Amino acid sequence: MTIHSVKAILESLQKKETSPLDWVEASLAEIANKDGKVQAFLHVDAEGARQRAQALEGSGGLLGVPYALKDNLCTEGMPTTAASRILENYIPPYSATVANKLAAAGGVLVGKTNMDEFAMGSSTENSAFQKTRNPYHLDHVPGGSSGGSAAAVAAGMVPFALGSDTGGSIRQPASFCGVVGLKPTYGRVSRFGLIAFASSLDQIGPFTRTVEDAAYVLQAISGHDPLDSTSAPQPTEDFTAALTGDVKGLRIGVVTDFDMSGVDPEVKAAVDGAIAKLQAAGAEVVEIQLPHSQYAVATYYLIAPAEASSNLARYDGVRYGKRAAGETLLEMYERTRSEGFGIEVKRRIMIGTYALSSGYYDAYYLRAQKMRTLIRQDYEAAFEKCDVIVTPTAPTPAFRFGEKVDNPLQMYLNDVFTIPANLAGLPGISVPCGLTQSGLPIGLQMVGRAFDERTLLRAAHAYEQVRGFEMPAPEVNG
Amino acid sequence: MAFETVIGLEVHVELKTKSKIFCGCRTDFGAPPNTNVCPVCLGHPGTLPVLNQEAVELALKAATALNCKINQDCKFDRKNYFYPDLPKGYQISQYDQPIGEHGYIEIDVNGERKRIGIVRVHLEEDAGKSMHAPDGSHTLVDYNRTGVPLIEIVSEPDIRSPEEARLYLEGIRSIMQYCGISDCRMEEGSLRCDANISLRPVGQKEFGQKAELKNINSFRFVQKGLEYEVERQTQILSQGGTVVQETRRFDEATQTTVSMRSKEEAHDYRYFPEPDLVRLRVDDAWLQRVRESLPELPLQKRDRYQNELQLPAYDAGVLTSDIEIAQYFEAVVDAGIDPKSASNWVMSDVLGYANANGLTLSAFPVAPAQLAGLIQQVTAGKISIKQGRDVFKIMCETGKDAVTVIREQGFEQISDEGALIAIVEEAIANNPKSVEDYRAGKEKAIGALVGQVMKATKGKANPAVVNKLILERIQA
Repeated sequence: MTIHSVKAILESLQKKETSPLDWVEASLAEIANKDGKVQAFLHVDAEGARQRAQALEGSGGLLGVPYALKDNLCTEGMPTTAASRILENYIPPYSATVANKLAAAGGVLVGKTNMDEFAMGSSTENSAFQKTRNPYHLDHVPGGSSGGSAAAVAAGMVPFALGSDTGGSIRQPASFCGVVGLKPTYGRVSRFGLIAFASSLDQIGPFTRTVEDAAYVLQAISGHDPLDSTSAPQPTEDFTAALTGDVKGLRIGVVTDFDMSGVDPEVKAAVDGAIAKLQAAGAEVVEIQLPHSQYAVATYYLIAPAEASSNLARYDGVRYGKRAAGETLLEMYERTRSEGFGIEVKRRIMIGTYALSSGYYDAYYLRAQKMRTLIRQDYEAAFEKCDVIVTPTAPTPAFRFGEKVDNPLQMYLNDVFTIPANLAGLPGISVPCGLTQSGLPIGLQMVGRAFDERTLLRAAHAYEQVRGFEMPAPEVNG
Repeated sequence: MAFETVIGLEVHVELKTKSKIFCGCRTDFGAPPNTNVCPVCLGHPGTLPVLNQEAVELALKAATALNCKINQDCKFDRKNYFYPDLPKGYQISQYDQPIGEHGYIEIDVNGERKRIGIVRVHLEEDAGKSMHAPDGSHTLVDYNRTGVPLIEIVSEPDIRSPEEARLYLEGIRSIMQYCGISDCRMEEGSLRCDANISLRPVGQKEFGQKAELKNINSFRFVQKGLEYEVERQTQILSQGGTVVQETRRFDEATQTTVSMRSKEEAHDYRYFPEPDLVRLRVDDAWLQRVRESLPELPLQKRDRYQNELQLPAYDAGVLTSDIEIAQYFEAVVDAGIDPKSASNWVMSDVLGYANANGLTLSAFPVAPAQLAGLIQQVTAGKISIKQGRDVFKIMCETGKDAVTVIREQGFEQISDEGALIAIVEEAIANNPKSVEDYRAGKEKAIGALVGQVMKATKGKANPAVVNKLILERIQA
């Protein structure tokens, strides 16, 4: 039994050719076989998954489909660490809304995946526990921060997994690992139970092997949640119904004022090729400008750390998680946080604390918020002229371990194409659009209007139909 | 040199909601430690706040009752600081857009009405309670209070004496109680007060260096603590010294204020808009509903008692000092009792018994209608006032109606002349000395005769009737 698409599993189950337990066993076997090398999982709940598969009832939309969750999504009774020492032994007393929704839809959780600590990073190298490898090239990173989820799906260990995307943390690893990664509109999916990095930017979304699967999963996890005041009142939609395969008349926006100097030639060629395919399929290509997006990375690296500095204040050793000994309260705080947080997390707490300090607030945080408004307005103007905007997901394919980890700025610039959509709250998707000569996947990013995932998914799905190649399965052997 | 006192108060009031401001936990005071808690108010990773509509409603009521301009579109902010009783490492509060601004209340100072400005009223969440071991070895934290909704009411520096400060605080309390916003029990911490106090030479415009007085936990101590500060600062300034800007606390044992000696580093709270909540919008209809739901406020009620019910200022003040007293009094009046009689009975007998027994009027054993029944018995001359007082005590203890008590205890007053004549004549016959004295001009001598009759009737005789019968017989 090969784990391919969610759809294929559902069809097989519906025909009673297989049982939910069969798929859980298949998933566990793949994990046993491959995860020694890939290291995508921080926690595998084999016994629990078997029990859940056997206890399934009802007729949920994902009945019997195994899946994984990024380890910043809380699961009652199951360790949830955000890949941080400070939460090493933390077991949440409640489950995230997405976990409850997937359980209600009949999905079977098999485990929790590795990530950059508190979702801060673009390579998953910032995990306090292990390095996840790119299934297509084991000496390359899987991208991040949701690298574990991307690698688990790419390696065929689960048909889908959830990640979170604050500045590209779903789309960039999807691009690096050759899978589909969807970041929904801010507010589309409840954040309740997502360990916060930057509250105004974080959004949960799926990794899948096909766009259609992404639509399935989005349907299951989206919708208003009374427990998240920022979740939108929009009703859940039938996203799969939007996948007509037709892009005739769809206006594809190509950004003419992005600085493409840092873009790898192979990436550029693959993206240009994808645009040509869409055009050939009947889409109209229009040139658009996003003049303020050149400030997006700078803007993001003020707003996200500012919110993070506050969001991570709760890890103080008092109520849960790690506590280091100290003679005084202050000493306990300092030791707990010094030992509990990794270097990148500390760097961002420092940046954020600085940006919010009195005397600097107006110059940094407030200015960044104003820029955020300008970036959002750019998109509004662009969407007068087009329906989706197409760019590379990342300027490069997956890089090697250690290549950027000592140069934070280089690492941050890897998110140059993904960050603007988070600042504007827009939905974005990464779809595989080719492989480099050395066999590394390349991702095409599409960004759509707020709450118009239907058009976004339609465009991505149509591209998938006409792109003219199948992603080869990576060869990972235990 | 003469100095003028300048005081501003920051008052925290816990709102009387059923559940906490951002989660569904209960808010009842006195529950066992850490039983009214959940992942949200304990600040567990991934949890999010959801604003309690009732808390907004009560804050709106408060801001409206305090004559504030309502910001119908406002927001919440995070106030960041580390402390074990603050689970998230930040308090959700309102920084630059409070729900209410530019209000005032009025107080009566020595018979004159004075307006005290209110800078702002904002909504926020309470923190938990730290309990430090006396030997300093450890601290325990109770998170039951974490997330209980609070409003902070900041006054203008319009208060000019410790007495005015107390009157202002009492004014705030009675408005909150009248509107059902808060119990305002200082001993339970549902009303807390910090004061800023400075002195300046009379006539000077600029404020002097201020001290902040914290942790004042009774109305009396507010005045006491500030009085001590006036004395202390006057002494410093008179000797040419300068007041140190610091935080001080009132020490009950010595009745003085002492420096808290906390390192006076300026806190940088790094306020920024709370991204987990959406803007708070109050539409016109909601605001209108709140305005219409406000009851008659204490000062209005007091004016009405004086002007319409013709009560003395003192009575009006006492009766309106607490909404429960006013409600009780009004119920007695509504039962047909003349306002002054009702006032006398409520102020002396009802409040006397309630205070002596630690009762609140909402749980008072004699209902207003029962008290009205008793007063009617007295007014009709069925019993004397003195008997009435005794009947009242029995009613308090038994909960029985006046008529029942009077009958059971044989308290009926004897006003029938026919029943009294024989006793009166016997008293006159037995006390020729008193009769003689009276006739000699000592009018008081009649008292002894009346006393004889009262004694003989075990206090039941109507003194007025007895008086009349005696006079008819000895004046001749």
